[in-house]
Amino acid sequence: MAQQAVMSPGFSLGRLWNDKEARSVIVQILTMVLLVAFLAYIVSNAIANLEAIGKTFSFDFLFQPASYDINQHLIPYTSRSTHLRAAVVGLLNTLLVAVCGIVLATVLGFLLGVLRLSTNWLVNRMAYGFIEFTRNVPVLLHILLIHGIIVTSLPVPKQALDVGGTFFFSNRGFFVPSPQFEPFFWAVVIAFFVALVFAFGFKRYAHKLQDETGKHLPVFWVNFGAIVGLPVIVYFLSGMPLTWQIPELRGFNYQGGMVLRPEFLALWLALSYYTSSFIAEIVRAGILSVSYGQTEAAYALGLRPNRTLSLIIIPQALRVIVPPLASQYMNLTKNSSLAIAIGYMDLVATIGGISLMQTGKEMETMIIVLLTYLVLSLSISAFMNWYNQRIKLVER
Amino acid sequence: MTDTTANTPRGQTYAPGTHPDLPSPVRTEGPIYWVQRNLLSSPLNILLTVLGFAFLLYTVPAFLDWALFDAAFTGDSRKDCEAVASGACWAFIQERFHLFVYGFYPDAERWRVNLSFVLLVLTLFFVLYDKAPYRKYGLWYAMTFPFLAGWLLVGDGTILRTVTTDQFGGIMLTFVIGFTGIAFSLPLGILLALGRYSNLPAVKLLCICFIEFIRGVPLITLLFVASTMLNYFLPPGTQFDLVLRVLIMVTLFSSAYIAEVVRGGLQAIPKGQFEAADSLGLKYWGVMRLIILPQALKISIPGIVNTFIGLYKDTTLVLIIGLLDPLGIGRSSLADIRWGGLAEEMYVFIAIFFFLCCFSMSRYSLYLEKKLHTGHKR
Repeated sequence: MAQQAVMSPGFSLGRLWNDKEARSVIVQILTMVLLVAFLAYIVSNAIANLEAIGKTFSFDFLFQPASYDINQHLIPYTSRSTHLRAAVVGLLNTLLVAVCGIVLATVLGFLLGVLRLSTNWLVNRMAYGFIEFTRNVPVLLHILLIHGIIVTSLPVPKQALDVGGTFFFSNRGFFVPSPQFEPFFWAVVIAFFVALVFAFGFKRYAHKLQDETGKHLPVFWVNFGAIVGLPVIVYFLSGMPLTWQIPELRGFNYQGGMVLRPEFLALWLALSYYTSSFIAEIVRAGILSVSYGQTEAAYALGLRPNRTLSLIIIPQALRVIVPPLASQYMNLTKNSSLAIAIGYMDLVATIGGISLMQTGKEMETMIIVLLTYLVLSLSISAFMNWYNQRIKLVER
Repeated sequence: MTDTTANTPRGQTYAPGTHPDLPSPVRTEGPIYWVQRNLLSSPLNILLTVLGFAFLLYTVPAFLDWALFDAAFTGDSRKDCEAVASGACWAFIQERFHLFVYGFYPDAERWRVNLSFVLLVLTLFFVLYDKAPYRKYGLWYAMTFPFLAGWLLVGDGTILRTVTTDQFGGIMLTFVIGFTGIAFSLPLGILLALGRYSNLPAVKLLCICFIEFIRGVPLITLLFVASTMLNYFLPPGTQFDLVLRVLIMVTLFSSAYIAEVVRGGLQAIPKGQFEAADSLGLKYWGVMRLIILPQALKISIPGIVNTFIGLYKDTTLVLIIGLLDPLGIGRSSLADIRWGGLAEEMYVFIAIFFFLCCFSMSRYSLYLEKKLHTGHKR
């Protein structure tokens, strides 16, 4: 057929198909037409379906009272607040557990990764066993297990495990002292930021000085002193404007202080150690990727082992570690949506769960949930791309 | 020991080649050397070893006592178990075993599930073992297996009685979702990766949007979409099976991840390979099928298997939208008064099941990597 098309003079479809450029245009137009047709088809179906059951597509419900309670809210919330506020509370809860989880998972993951590389056979094997067992078991099982342990194995508040009279561990959650800020506390905060600005400036100055004269200033210790010391001095000068409220047992539960609820704890701990087992493998691969020649070269230059680690090994290992680490952070954030299985009120449980059930607005609530997660994921990946760009190998 | 060469006086001379073998230097072999080298090489290592042993001594005997030596394997209720032993009550798992495996599949039809398990093993044998006899025909059979198993499990109402999918559950449901997802997400993922890697802007844009959207949202929200919203987008009056909807969503979800893994493999192929293939006169699909994909897929094996393991573990999420996978069965069993509160046994049992599946997948991927490694080993 192709033979015919080539031989026949003038325009023909077969001839067009044999032209590479034309064919690519045709394929793309066809793709787009099919896509638009598909979208039109499902949208028309949706409209017809919504009409058939007398529903409308609008976001008005967001401003009606939610009339359900959320036990953990970072901003004021009552059952008379709107669905929109419930969604924000849920989003903040998601962010809270994601940020806490990312911090703990990173710390645990680096620790496990280093233990996994240890020359100590026993520690090495134990780390290996923990990593393999943790990451080959579903995260949902980890979450349910930890939740089960907290709720069934820990004592009731009356017999709570008491650590120094300030921390109480019970099956209603962990009760810890909460900070009470007095008005003068802002001075400490300001001092902290002043110290931060100073540290930044001092670091630049020290770098400049070293570039110009070769003189080496103790940047780390000066900055450490400034960032820790200045707020502490201001804290004492302003008359210690921070007190701790210690939880007290009243009746069947603790009053005052802060409570880490079992749902939050279970989700936080389970997500952290589950993700840390993945991070450990990433860290291990990253450190192994820096060839031993680099260490030897650094020693040959006369660098001491700790300087070798901080100046030679870690910067090169980070380049390998950061991209997969970013995707683990994204995974942790997305896995936090499993909160719904244990009743932690995150974004999916509030707007995508109870609000959905109460208003029957499946389409609108799911669109909100999906878009929010999309924005979250894309911003984590944008930040990590920026960081990755910064530590990238500068090729000359 | 009786040899006296160690005590040979200094200065004694031997003719070339007659010197007796000397004993090996002290502490370069044997268990003592090994312990010194691997457990006690520095103060920090000594501390770590002591801590490690203390931890093991504290946990392992206690766990073994609970799980084996002080456990009850028979009984009809929790009370029976407690009367016999103070450890785990495996009688619970034993009594519910059929529930964990078959879900609520009708008793009379269970041979169909068993038959599909056997066929699955046969399929895996042909697909995974490259020295299998008659492998060529075996692979053709493997391709028909998903449809064969679907027919066996659901039935057609004439030869086999129809079993509705809401009776699916347990390990069987995990297998159905896991293996269907794995079987269909690989080809779809490869197509998406090729689309993202192509130089047709419209196709590329479409694939990027799809992949980034799927990767940007949690699977659980997609399952919610499947369970609450999907019916709106179908022609009015269509009833769409929930398990089928979940299958579609899980497949789409992991295909996006596969696509990214395969794209990584594609990007690692040097441009010269494309040019060489072009210069041989191959068309696009020829280039991809014969030259590029075999190399790219080989590089992406670890990532692909990791995605499969992730998918397999994610099958547990279906319990949130009300399907009863092993975890869902286990949780609903907790409500039974006779066995009330037996959470640990259930979690340990399911954890072991998933660990065995996922760990063997990752071991197989290591084996495959080694086998396909055709380059020079460093």
